[in-house]
Amino acid sequence: MTDWILGLLVLLTAATATVVVLTRDPARQAAVLSAYGLMLALTMVALAAPDVALSQIGVGTAAVPLIVILAVARCERAVRASQADRAGRVGRPGDSAGDDQERERS
Amino acid sequence: MRRRLPLVLGAVGAVALAVVGVRAFLGLPGAGEVPHPYAARAVAAAYAHTTPNAVVSVTLDQRGFDTLGEEFVLLAAAIGTVLLLRRLAEEAHEDRPHDYGPEDVFEAVRLVGALLLPAALLVGGYVVLHGHLSPGGGFQGGTVLASGLYLAYLAADYRTLERLGPPGVLDTAEGVGALGYAAVGFAGLIGGSAYLANDLPHGVWNSLLSAGTVPVLNVAIGLEVGAAFVLVVAKFLEQALLVPREDGDDGGDRDATAGEGEH
Amino acid sequence: MADVLPWLLYAGAGWIFLAGLYGLVTSRHLVHTVVCLSVTQSATYLLLLAVGWTRGGTAPIFADIGRHRRVVDPVVQAMTLTDVVVGAAMTALLLALSVQVAKRRGCVDPRLLRSLEQESEEERGRPAPGRSG
Repeated sequence: MTDWILGLLVLLTAATATVVVLTRDPARQAAVLSAYGLMLALTMVALAAPDVALSQIGVGTAAVPLIVILAVARCERAVRASQADRAGRVGRPGDSAGDDQERERS
Repeated sequence: MRRRLPLVLGAVGAVALAVVGVRAFLGLPGAGEVPHPYAARAVAAAYAHTTPNAVVSVTLDQRGFDTLGEEFVLLAAAIGTVLLLRRLAEEAHEDRPHDYGPEDVFEAVRLVGALLLPAALLVGGYVVLHGHLSPGGGFQGGTVLASGLYLAYLAADYRTLERLGPPGVLDTAEGVGALGYAAVGFAGLIGGSAYLANDLPHGVWNSLLSAGTVPVLNVAIGLEVGAAFVLVVAKFLEQALLVPREDGDDGGDRDATAGEGEH
Repeated sequence: MADVLPWLLYAGAGWIFLAGLYGLVTSRHLVHTVVCLSVTQSATYLLLLAVGWTRGGTAPIFADIGRHRRVVDPVVQAMTLTDVVVGAAMTALLLALSVQVAKRRGCVDPRLLRSLEQESEEERGRPAPGRSG
């Protein structure tokens, strides 16, 4: 019976990991990462490792997604400020010619 | 072509890794049936030092030196993060008045936070102190303590977090924790045996003051891990929430950049 | 189920590792890259714990069980638990680096971020040293 539970948990963890990777928007990814942390902690409990599960819950479900959301907020603001700067420098509001050239060349 | 290059290289690397990995996994003993000789010896050593929690005994007693290294890696990462997120000279030159972000929180959230904060701190302290008796220890308890302080931010605002855990106090706590671990090791040297030897009295099985140096090391690590995580999150909060106020605008672009309220 | 389970544990760890690598390579946002790196790292936790797992074994905490009860391996658990916490600190450091990149370069797309030398030459108005795209 416990074998089935462990097998199911491993499959669910692998599926959740795939979902985390396939979520492109980093803000949404933080929420999915929190769910993945919980799945991983459950798998660790099924593998008879309560100490590790405790660390995983504390760290992977609470701390890391919080830091990810805060980092995303700061990055978005920095990118927006820089785009406004670049538009101001070129002289025309909302000018994104510089960005297009960069993208073409890469 | 240039855009595809990382994908192609990645695919080739992944295939190579998969081939080698499958061969390696096929050579591994199947999980679940193989006897673990090192485990038997580790359990015997844990019993010899009256530590019911064999994992904590291995972490802090038998492989204590490795944990010293890991602890200092954590310290370095926390210091690095704090340094990277400090306000640089260019940002200080902007010199506009700053806002700390939204402060109006639902009363219910405030109440729940006020009730849960002492409970979380208590549970964190319990997990740290009873690490050698039940699942727990410095690392786990430290993260629970840190989570309690995140509640202070979520239920109130950034200023409350700052008042509960002033950066100066947190810095000192982190340093004291790291130094404490290294210092306890020297107690072993002074006592006449090896560095980090478990020479304090081992006490009675299953009591709080047992297992020698293990509870002391747990407290040191709990202090350091908790302080490090609160510091790091506080720095990120400061970065995400310090919103430059536009001229003539009272709140700046508050709604656009609120840390959690964005989604 | 009993004989496929060891294979399933290792295969699950391998799958998570490869999925994280795929996300790392095809990432379009630096923060997404860092999160995929942390997913890759978590595959190793699963692998370590699977190596130490014994069928019928319980947690290696002897406060309430007898001396000769079969337990799983405490050594790999000790490795994994410090790994989890230190890995999170590393993730925080990498995210701080991403924030700095966003502040300095105004761009978080790893495909658009080029070398430091090229970018600073262009910012100063001189043509970049001859290098294609």
